[in-house]
Amino acid sequence: MNSVLFGRNGFRVCKVCWKWCGLRRSFKKEKGVYIVDQIWKGVPEKGIKEAVSVTRLDCFPAKTLLYCNYFCLKCGGGVFVFLQDLSLPNGTPVDTSSPASSSSLLNRLQLDDDLDGETRDLFVTVDDPKKHVCTMETYITYRVTTKTTRAEFDLPEYSVRRRYQDFDWLRNKLEESQPTHLIPPLPEKFVMKGVVDRFSEEFVETRRKALDKFLKRIADHPVLSFNEHFNVFLTAKDLNAYKKQGMALLSKMGESVKYVTGGYKLRSRPLEFAAIGDYLDTFVLKLGTIDRIAQRIIKEELEYLVELREYGPVYSTWGGLEGELAEPLEGVSACIGNCCTALEELSDDMTEDFLPVLREYILYSESMKNVLKKRDQVQAEYEAKLEAVALKKEERPKVPVEVEKCQDRVECFNADLKADMERWQNNKRQDFRQLLMGMADKNIQYYEKCLTAWESVIPLLQDKPETK
Amino acid sequence: MERPEGEQRGASGSGPAGEAEAGSGPVLEEPGSGATDTTMEDCLSKKIEITVSEAEKRTGRNAMNIQETYTAYLIETRAVESQTEGQCSPPDSLWRRYSEFELLRNYLLVNYPHIVVPPLPEKRAEFVWHKLSADNMDPDFVERRRIGLENFLVRVASHPIICQDNIFYSFLTQEGGWKEMVNETGFQLKADSRLKALNATFRVKNPDKRFTELKHYSDELQSVISHLLRVRARVADRLYGVYKVHGNYGRVFSEWSAIEKEMGDGLQSAGHHMDVYAASIDDILEEEEHYADQLKEYLFYAEALRAVCRKHELMQYDLEMAVQDLASKKQQCEELATGTVRTFSLKGMTSKLFGQETPEQREGKIKVLEEQIHEGEEQLKSKNVEGREFVKSAWADIERFKEQKNHDLKEALINYAVMQISMCKKGIQVWTNAKECFSKM
Repeated sequence: MNSVLFGRNGFRVCKVCWKWCGLRRSFKKEKGVYIVDQIWKGVPEKGIKEAVSVTRLDCFPAKTLLYCNYFCLKCGGGVFVFLQDLSLPNGTPVDTSSPASSSSLLNRLQLDDDLDGETRDLFVTVDDPKKHVCTMETYITYRVTTKTTRAEFDLPEYSVRRRYQDFDWLRNKLEESQPTHLIPPLPEKFVMKGVVDRFSEEFVETRRKALDKFLKRIADHPVLSFNEHFNVFLTAKDLNAYKKQGMALLSKMGESVKYVTGGYKLRSRPLEFAAIGDYLDTFVLKLGTIDRIAQRIIKEELEYLVELREYGPVYSTWGGLEGELAEPLEGVSACIGNCCTALEELSDDMTEDFLPVLREYILYSESMKNVLKKRDQVQAEYEAKLEAVALKKEERPKVPVEVEKCQDRVECFNADLKADMERWQNNKRQDFRQLLMGMADKNIQYYEKCLTAWESVIPLLQDKPETK
Repeated sequence: MERPEGEQRGASGSGPAGEAEAGSGPVLEEPGSGATDTTMEDCLSKKIEITVSEAEKRTGRNAMNIQETYTAYLIETRAVESQTEGQCSPPDSLWRRYSEFELLRNYLLVNYPHIVVPPLPEKRAEFVWHKLSADNMDPDFVERRRIGLENFLVRVASHPIICQDNIFYSFLTQEGGWKEMVNETGFQLKADSRLKALNATFRVKNPDKRFTELKHYSDELQSVISHLLRVRARVADRLYGVYKVHGNYGRVFSEWSAIEKEMGDGLQSAGHHMDVYAASIDDILEEEEHYADQLKEYLFYAEALRAVCRKHELMQYDLEMAVQDLASKKQQCEELATGTVRTFSLKGMTSKLFGQETPEQREGKIKVLEEQIHEGEEQLKSKNVEGREFVKSAWADIERFKEQKNHDLKEALINYAVMQISMCKKGIQVWTNAKECFSKM
């Protein structure tokens, strides 16, 4: 029997194409059953293209809906959308009429297609850092503003203040509750004391940008953005109260968080995950090199700047000695001064915009590696159980439900991971395209400024017509 | 290798000059200093075309029979007229080495003290950025020196006065026996060793304000240009670093592209552009060296300018000394004639101790003194004339030099600006190409 898997918030991946299931948003709970009123339709290669509203959960022909969840048990060509509700027996198709609100929900959709072709309905920004000085500690808080059309939120807008350790809490919570997903990285917590001033404007701004990126990545994620903790983080007036409550829960749930089965060695990592692992290793290595090169360039540029700053005034001094040459020499001096300014802007931009993105991706890859490790553990657990069953096979010919569940979990994990990886690859491609184009642009601007400066010197040097 | 010989020659040059100190005869009699007006059209450079076309490494034995390696330069001269007539006659050519150029310049310096004699290119590389070798045999250095030497010859040949010098003409046309010819002129005897003592200052009572200012200017010019050259070399070093580190992107992008699917091609070709970017700096800085050489020429010109000032200072000093000498002699004479001793002197003491001189003795002394006074007055007169002539001709040449300097430096600065502009354009081009690759990712 083809068992039906229950995922979080109804997200699944098609077993055939391994792409995201289209079910994206807009569902609500009714009498213990999730009712879906929207699914996504599209072609896997090109991403999800359009949203279709369904009036009832039904079978869809496979041709039109490639982003499917599970194949219809009856026709095999459509999709049933199952939603997580543990109160329901496995595999029962939900046959409920859609609530009347479906069309109005659809109308609330903000159909601003971004590059993914996905519709965004949750906008989070981090801004306005403020310094707080208490007797015990000094820290920075950031304003987190949320705008959304999602039904999970009571209000369309929220604004709260959070500090770094709140972000850190959120990330830990996400990692605990969504172990199969790739959680975006936070900027490094620790900075070398003395080297960086934690309260300097530059540092706070760089961190703000990174935190902003962190929340945006979560908000754009089809699963993570529905996470309860994330919701609380964005909306709760008093996060600390919630945190305390969560502590008690955590101790109870501890078991589900851990997948570790002592000492069992994974028989074989599926090829595609092995490939992801290899890819990440190389990728991190290359990014590290690029990071070092970029830093070295900035260092060289600053040293160049120091010399250039000395170079310009020498022309000015010389101009002071001369009569006819005074003006041209002053002109050269001023021109070199302009080049200095342009160079300074260039290296500032690179420090502020280029390096943080590289760092984020290095950290991102590290969290990806962690998820991979967790996946291996889940698979290991499954294999261990399967082996144990095989030994007892003569006694009990039927595979126990427990093992089947475990297999489901592995498949679920694989599906989530693959989807996240693909998502990550897409983001990476876009981010790096933007980053590198930005670098090229900054350099072009720098050269253009220098070009203008030098071109303005030429007329000063040319003999004036009357002296000719 | 070349240097010991050059120094040896230099030392032998200053030796006899030291003895000849007293005999630094009237400058007026020097050839060419008679301010025979020469227009630019009469310049040697208009009649013949001078090129230093080749440099060759040679090994030989010097006077001490010690093996040495040196570079010889091929000087080619060709009459301009024959060219215009279409008969392209083969150029006259001969080989000279750097030390011979030095000898020529020393000769010119001594014989034309009122002229700002064009400088030679540096003996060894200075103010270069680290990538360039400081080796005298380095092909780049030899090449730059070849250009410098040619420039020197052209400058001398275009100078309205010194282009007429016979020794210079022979330098261009007569390979053998030239050194002997130079030495026969005895120019070394005329060299004033006091000019060589760099730190000596002569306390001149009435310095010519113009020359003081000029001296001050040349000091400042020298210091500012050498500062400029030093900083420029450092700037070049740093710029080199910035470009070359970008080259590492080329490698990483290419390695990275191997693990990427969609991004791979864009990265790979962007990496190629980064390689191009890194490589482009070599040509840029090599070209900039030419600018540095132009500045260097003026760094050395500052020294030549100062030589003229020093010469003037020395003449003024001699003049003042002569005036002083004359005044004291006149006073002595008066004292003897009137018998009064105005100031306390040893002579007064001796006369008091040993009694008065006989009138005959006194007469004789007065006569000798009067003769000396007369002689001194004549000398003073000629020194005055000589000084005036010097100032006149030196100033004429300084004016010419200033004009030349303004013109040359403007041109050098324009070239420099054009170089910078082309560097910026190259930079824009490379980054635009790279951007296009990135955008395809």
